[in-house]
Amino acid sequence: MSASPAVSAPLSGRSQANASAPVRIAVKNLDFYYGTFHGLKNINLNFHDRQVTALIGPSGCGKSTLLRTFNRIYSLYPEQRADGEILLDGQNILDPKVDLNELRARVGMVFQKPTPFPMSIYDNVAFGLRLYERLPKADLDLRVEESLRKAALWDEVKDKLKQSGMGLSGGQQQRLCIARTVAQRPEVILFDEPTSALDPISTGRIEELIEQLRDEFTIAIVTHNMQQAARISQFTAFMYLGELVEFGPTTRIFMNPEKRQTQDYITGRFG
Amino acid sequence: MDAVNPLTEAAPRGGAPIGSRVRPSRRLADRTLRIACLLATIIGAVVLGSILLMLIVEGLRGFSATLLTQPTPGPGSEGGGIANAVLGSLILTLIGIVVATPIGVMAGTYLAEYGRGSKLADLIRFLNDVLLSAPSILIGLFVYTLMVRPMGTYSGWAGGVALAIIATPVIVRTTEDMLRLVPGTLREAGAALGAPTSRVIMSVTWRAASAGIVTGVILALARIAGETAPLLFTALNNNSWFNANLMGGVANLPVMIYQFALSPYPNWQSLAWAGALLITMAILALSVVARLVIKTERAR
Amino acid sequence: MASLTEQIALARSDAGIVRRPPSKGLDGLFRAASYGSALVVLLVLAGILGSIAYGGWPAFREFGPGFVTSTAWNIGTEQFGAWVAIVGTLASALIALLIGVPLSLAIAVYLTQLCPGWARKPVAMTIELLAAVPSIIYGMWGLFIFAPLFARFVQVPVSNLVEGLPIVGTLLYARVPSGVGILTAGIILAIMIVPFVASITRDMLDQIPTILRESAYGIGCTTWEVVRHVLVPQASVSIIGAIMLGLGRALGETMAVTFVIGNANRLSASIFDPGSTIASRIANEFNEADGMQLNALMALGCILFVITVIVLIVARLLVRRAKVA
Repeated sequence: MSASPAVSAPLSGRSQANASAPVRIAVKNLDFYYGTFHGLKNINLNFHDRQVTALIGPSGCGKSTLLRTFNRIYSLYPEQRADGEILLDGQNILDPKVDLNELRARVGMVFQKPTPFPMSIYDNVAFGLRLYERLPKADLDLRVEESLRKAALWDEVKDKLKQSGMGLSGGQQQRLCIARTVAQRPEVILFDEPTSALDPISTGRIEELIEQLRDEFTIAIVTHNMQQAARISQFTAFMYLGELVEFGPTTRIFMNPEKRQTQDYITGRFG
Repeated sequence: MDAVNPLTEAAPRGGAPIGSRVRPSRRLADRTLRIACLLATIIGAVVLGSILLMLIVEGLRGFSATLLTQPTPGPGSEGGGIANAVLGSLILTLIGIVVATPIGVMAGTYLAEYGRGSKLADLIRFLNDVLLSAPSILIGLFVYTLMVRPMGTYSGWAGGVALAIIATPVIVRTTEDMLRLVPGTLREAGAALGAPTSRVIMSVTWRAASAGIVTGVILALARIAGETAPLLFTALNNNSWFNANLMGGVANLPVMIYQFALSPYPNWQSLAWAGALLITMAILALSVVARLVIKTERAR
Repeated sequence: MASLTEQIALARSDAGIVRRPPSKGLDGLFRAASYGSALVVLLVLAGILGSIAYGGWPAFREFGPGFVTSTAWNIGTEQFGAWVAIVGTLASALIALLIGVPLSLAIAVYLTQLCPGWARKPVAMTIELLAAVPSIIYGMWGLFIFAPLFARFVQVPVSNLVEGLPIVGTLLYARVPSGVGILTAGIILAIMIVPFVASITRDMLDQIPTILRESAYGIGCTTWEVVRHVLVPQASVSIIGAIMLGLGRALGETMAVTFVIGNANRLSASIFDPGSTIASRIANEFNEADGMQLNALMALGCILFVITVIVLIVARLLVRRAKVA
């Protein structure tokens, strides 16, 4: 795939970028440090409501780092810190006063490798719900079912909800993690290379799922697969060496990149 | 050692049978190694075999109908059993493990989850290793000073505390090791759902490491069940039935075995053997169970 | 645009989302409990050191540095010295290493390199079960099974053989061939550290990449040469670490030694003769001791503690240097 330009990916038929959609996340003058290493340099970027924004770039360019600032998951590691502003619906989430747990309930995340918890399928999905909402059993059952349906997993697991989530296949595990995230009804969902550990068929299902989730959620996805970015996103940001090189509607980035580096990357000349 | 001089010794050409290039001295060294290693392993197996044989032969001789129903007899008298020592051992071991498990698991959790990279955690990890390898008799001296002397009497509580001090570092160490094997992404996934750290630890990390932690607790149990030295100065022994308030000396298998085995009375000696068989089988069974727990977990 | 946000807000309130963040108090409590438990470890160790140092202090003050080098142990005249017990401790532990380490390495090499696949698990299990046997059982085995055989088949013939010879005539002569003594204690300790050192060594050898072994065999090395020149150098530092930990155990072992060392208070030049170690002397005398004897026993405990901590620190430094290298 590196030789053929990713431009050939099917862009038609997908809904086009809606730049007039409200901004859910606004990144302003963001710098990020791993200890003394300057991982992100002065990033400015907007994420629009109910649009899929893809972050692409070669390994180590900072795309995952950027994604991990939106739910401040990096705060688990004391040596990592961010400077600047990230506004979620106008509120700066880098403010030390922000309640991290609540932030993470509002900004969900799906990881590179499936991360089912060592408990039943049902409990995996109910995990986040039980934390933040006190629901009667019947309501909880409904929410679990709704979430599993949204993650296109319900039909496969409805008869074995009490079985361990670890027993599912890789693709099913990843959809379970998506169901678990969706269950909390977050505003934003972050996907960190969600299909890189999956086979092509499972990858296809996850991509379809992301397309459907866009009706309800604002989505940011990190991917190293340019065709995937072209297939599922409305906006694309190209990053290189910790800097944001180019950002715009996916169609334009892939058809008509303004920067030479972007052009080189999407035509497979480097990276 | 046997350097080949390329000027004087020509390497054999094709046609020489395979094996002719290995000099006899090399072959001898190799054969010696193989035989020595096999021999060493046989010695190990023979020792274990003879220990088990000794316990079974002598121990079964000491078995009687009253072994588990009557307390230890007086010096030189016939009959009796070791029921009080068995019960006392169960209670002391139980106190030890009940005290040590929460402290050990929580301290191990601190080292693996909260204290990553902190100087204090490094210090405590080292001190835990010191405690792990500290001679158990010194722990007996400590608890003697701490409890027996101020209270003026040997007591079951002191024995239980001494055993807890021996079990704790074992549990701390295995808990930390097992928690470290849990992938960091699982913790991130928990945090990403907005769960507070304590919740992630209790519902996700502990669960993921549960088989390993349980194994650690069972191994600690096996370790303290046979400990004798720290009980000598704490729980000591008692020839009568178990003292219900634990405020006096409490009979227990290891100290009973020690005192009876070295006594001049044949009845006491045979009771010591029966106790030795009982305790060894119990401990070997515990170690096998610990192994099975971790194995079934890996198979899943 | 505004209507859209409103719509979202509406949709959410419809769903009845009221996020009640989990209680912060519980989180803090859990953290404090975990921190407190870690501190317990620190306090217990400080307590052990403090209590035996406090108990031993009168003896150190009374006898001064001479306590360490004095061979006296007279309860009647209240003259106490640690030298006999220190020598017994070090000698029995040294013998344990001399016998136990080659045995452990050989077993580890057999298990990882030579053992046929089907036998590997049962044999490894057998060796590891040896580690679970309580030390008092080793003591009984040593006293009732090993010592009589040892007296009859080793002590008596060897004593007859070396009698009158210089050096070996003293070192290996049993005045009373009862089977118990420093050498017997060393042998029992050796058997006790074997499962421990062997299983760590086996793990280390298993961790060496197969490719390294295969490339050594690939240039025609025999098993001996692979072990001697490839495997042992690769794992050497970890093995030394394991040996040091085994040494720590041998130094502090109490019950097994108390059964077989003979518990003599005098120093003998022969390793066939009875002696005592620090731990065995404490085990034997502590319950009947009072006054200065009790303080002297506590002081012995102090010395034992210091020796084992030094051994542990050396083991750690070795292993750490291995990780850096």
